Amino acid sequence: MELLDASLPYLLPIVYAVAMISVFMGLCAYSVLAERKVSSWIQGRVGPNRTRMPLLGHIPILGNLLTGFGLFQPVADGLKFLFKEEIVPGHVNKGYYTLAPIIALAPALITMVVLPFGRYVDADGITQPLVLANVDLGMLIILAISSLGVYGIVLAGWASNSKYPFLGGIRASAQMISYELAMGLALLPVFMWAAAPGSDYGMSLFGVVQSQQSAWLILWQPLSALIFLVALFAETNRLPFDMAESETDLVGGFHTEYGCFKFGLFFVAEYAHVIMGSALFVLLFAGGWNFLPWLADPWGDGLIGSLLSVAWFMAKVFFMIFFFIWVRWTLPRFRYDQVMALGWKILLPLAVGNLVLNTIIIALYDTITR
Amino acid sequence: MAKTKVLERKPLSFAEKTFLPQIGAGLITTFGNMFKKNVTLQYPEERPVIPDNYRGVPTLVKDPNGREKCVSCQLCEFVCPPKAIRITPGEIDPLAEPDRAHVEKAPKEFDINMLRCIYCGLCEEVCPEEAIYLQDVFSLSGYSREEMINNKDKLYELGGTVPDKHSKWDKKKTAEQAGSAHH
Repeated sequence: MELLDASLPYLLPIVYAVAMISVFMGLCAYSVLAERKVSSWIQGRVGPNRTRMPLLGHIPILGNLLTGFGLFQPVADGLKFLFKEEIVPGHVNKGYYTLAPIIALAPALITMVVLPFGRYVDADGITQPLVLANVDLGMLIILAISSLGVYGIVLAGWASNSKYPFLGGIRASAQMISYELAMGLALLPVFMWAAAPGSDYGMSLFGVVQSQQSAWLILWQPLSALIFLVALFAETNRLPFDMAESETDLVGGFHTEYGCFKFGLFFVAEYAHVIMGSALFVLLFAGGWNFLPWLADPWGDGLIGSLLSVAWFMAKVFFMIFFFIWVRWTLPRFRYDQVMALGWKILLPLAVGNLVLNTIIIALYDTITR
Repeated sequence: MAKTKVLERKPLSFAEKTFLPQIGAGLITTFGNMFKKNVTLQYPEERPVIPDNYRGVPTLVKDPNGREKCVSCQLCEFVCPPKAIRITPGEIDPLAEPDRAHVEKAPKEFDINMLRCIYCGLCEEVCPEEAIYLQDVFSLSGYSREEMINNKDKLYELGGTVPDKHSKWDKKKTAEQAGSAHH
């Protein structure tokens, strides 16, 4: 018993972390399904509706319903990746080739640590975030770690030692450099407003959400939101910016030489980044778990309130994931030079201008209200 | 010489240059598509509607009395561009089938090699007896080459009967019985 008490402070975070990873990976699997289903609906198709689990799929009406919605499909997909023959082409640089999918997935899972997903009111009556690690530098950690994800793609492109992945890797790295800048600059005004001198929160995401209790940032920082969203699409390598993959001209881009579980890891990593990006956008611009702009949360402070705040946050994240998918099946891909032009000639100046404008507004506001 | 008229392309407005209105319109279109009826069929369970004039697998048909119509004239064999049809002509035994004795000939063997058939429909076109029809079967498969050769039994099984009241052989018979050489 004493041993348990002594080890609890070490054990509990591990339990929480495992729980969050399970939920997160589950979400990844089901966003793959969502992608396939939404794309098929948009294209007038039906989508995956044949995979049936032995017992669950044979419940009279429910089983048919679940099968029709393809809810067993992710299991089949995962098993397929798991049991395929692990082929490593002879011409690749084996060490880096194996390392690349791990590097692609790991950052998304690491950034999860500082991602708040709900709130509760502690014994002292102070609102606290539901998060694995409530650190003041949350946003900085996310920016620092999530940009590492691109190294997985670049590494895959280089280690594959083949033309198409190489081109994909080059495009990915160029794209990352171009959009990372605009993304960071678009975020600065947000924190200039949310983390004004004297506020308690600093760069933590919780602070940004708390500052959006009345007006969501997307409403009074629409330009920042737009730049951030576009940069997010580029960072997650989603259409219309899927330069790294470029199925139409680069076969599979960076993962051309990958198969079975290594490809599966890349696949999951893409969706992990999409989910992280969606969550981030919701936290930064769409009010996090706050109910609606200028409306106080209709739920209380108790346990149910906390659960509902998580549910509301998840609902917003699901909408953003849907939005990512929706955009993918609407827009064609930009040409490589257009991507570069958009990043350097439009988004970057816009972001800088936005930053300067907000600085001037804050300076004026401070002089007037002093 | 034809005059070419060069159309000046209008410069893009500011809203168009940002792409945003177009992207918005595109998103609305795709969102609307999500609620439209599916254009796909759940294939093995749902089958497409086959029009009457469809050129599917060629089959042999029987007349309403259940007698075979083919008289093994071999026109289809001659006309078949990929030489998929092979007929071994035979005679009708007058003792076994007295009501068809005047038809004189019927195929002993009738093979259509479905690995060669190009579904052109020339056999149906050329047949003076209207005995061969390309019907609505469009998917067939087999594990061996032999299996893909439709023999006479298979062809009649696929073909069925044609509800055709007109039968020139019946008319010829009644004419013969009435003693007139020409009917």
